[in-house]
Amino acid sequence: MGKRTIIPFGPQHPVLPEPIHLDLVLEDEVVVDVIPSIGYIHRGLEKLVEKKEYTEMVYVIERICGICSFGHGWGASASIEGAMGIEVPERAEYLRTIWHELSRIHSHLLWLGLLADGFGFESLFMHCWRIREHVLDLFEKTTGGRVIFSVCKVGGVRKDIDAATLKEISDTLNALKPEIKKLTDVFLEDASVKNRTVGVGVLTKEDAIELGAVGPVARGSGVYQDIRLTGNGAYHELGFEPMIEEAGDCYARTKVRIRELFQSIELITKAVELIPEGPIDVPVKGNVDGEFVLRLEQPRGEAYYYAKGAGTKFLERMRVRTPTNQNIPSLVKMLKGCDLADVPILVLTIDPCISCTER
Amino acid sequence: MSYVTKSPWVIHYDGSSCNGCDIEVLACLTPMYDVERFGIINTGNPKHADIFLVTGSVNEQNKAVVKQIYDQMPEPKVVVAIGICANNGGIFRECYNIMGGVDTVIPVDVYVPGCAARPEAIIDGVVKGLGVLAEKRAAMDNKSAAPAAAEPKAEENTETEGKEEA
Repeated sequence: MGKRTIIPFGPQHPVLPEPIHLDLVLEDEVVVDVIPSIGYIHRGLEKLVEKKEYTEMVYVIERICGICSFGHGWGASASIEGAMGIEVPERAEYLRTIWHELSRIHSHLLWLGLLADGFGFESLFMHCWRIREHVLDLFEKTTGGRVIFSVCKVGGVRKDIDAATLKEISDTLNALKPEIKKLTDVFLEDASVKNRTVGVGVLTKEDAIELGAVGPVARGSGVYQDIRLTGNGAYHELGFEPMIEEAGDCYARTKVRIRELFQSIELITKAVELIPEGPIDVPVKGNVDGEFVLRLEQPRGEAYYYAKGAGTKFLERMRVRTPTNQNIPSLVKMLKGCDLADVPILVLTIDPCISCTER
Repeated sequence: MSYVTKSPWVIHYDGSSCNGCDIEVLACLTPMYDVERFGIINTGNPKHADIFLVTGSVNEQNKAVVKQIYDQMPEPKVVVAIGICANNGGIFRECYNIMGGVDTVIPVDVYVPGCAARPEAIIDGVVKGLGVLAEKRAAMDNKSAAPAAAEPKAEENTETEGKEEA
């Protein structure tokens, strides 16, 4: 047995856009133990329910994370709507689904870029982010914002998308498909990339279930789990099958996300065809009285929202549990026994969103 | 930007932002905005950096980290606070774990508001920072004959910290 060394990783680290701190216990070059510590971005925004009205809370919850911000806005509005017993018009549900899938595309492209950056493939990183800008342009055109949209509100959505723009969204995405394919083929077929991902950081199906992994991490380990299957939003009409890979290594997790990219484009194309005419919101009167639990499939996995009101304009409790929070135990499990050089890749393959984790 | 004779290297740290400004900082480097064509590089090493881009506000836990990165950067250095959270706390101002803007811990030279700050605004902030950097460099050159260049800043620092504790 070699001598043990502790290497601090983070909070400020070149591969991490966000701060998380890991104490890596090494024997020679092999990681034998990991002690994660968080708390660098904790804001305590759930406590703001005491100061912000429930309609304003949607914007606070949306700012949990700038990458999956639309999903958080949707989760907050939908959980409050549930507690108030509001039925959202069909067209609003479709619009929410379209925006949500667009954020999945932008999030996965962003993640692919960061992964490429993580193993030092700088030009691949640049190309991923170049394509992502097209998706952001669609966001800007339809919502007015690039990363924070504030387009979801209690009772529906704030902005409608006209037929021509809807057509443009699906046309742009379908035109991007060959370009995305060219990029993702590098991740899936390039020998030097595969050397970094195949067989690295294996998480078995049993471990994934036991440690409560969610999202692409769970699906990459063969767990049949996707909250979109419960049919919230317009998913029940779009027909949908989760992307499952069995291997459980970094390559499998990458492949799940790449397949989801193309699936999201198909879902949007289908939603654009099926979207019904009608109003985009319903008037909201009165205060929240009651409680509601909602689950939503974010780009990173299952997010859980809980809203409770007691008849005043302020909610009593708003609770959010985010996917990265769930995936950190799996990360610790994966890191044990890996090489020091693989640590950045492994941290990246759970697609960590520390802002979500700590809120 | 033809007047820029030296390309600054930037370092980015996420205080307690929502990620929105962080990914916009990264977006500045990528092909759509592409500040790398001017030689502006995002470095992970504080000792190589000229401009410190901070997103998000500070809290008890990351206060020391922000301060440490700032202290490790060589003089002259410029701090750009990006996004309304880094300016004064923004939407999270009333949260219990937010101390306020970055200027409660380190001196800030350029403020870039916005939620999230757009890449154009961030680039503009960095360009403004270049002017400040040139001024500071000139001041350092002048004072190399008469020393005590960094002292007033250090005083300012302790003052703000003192206020926080009081």
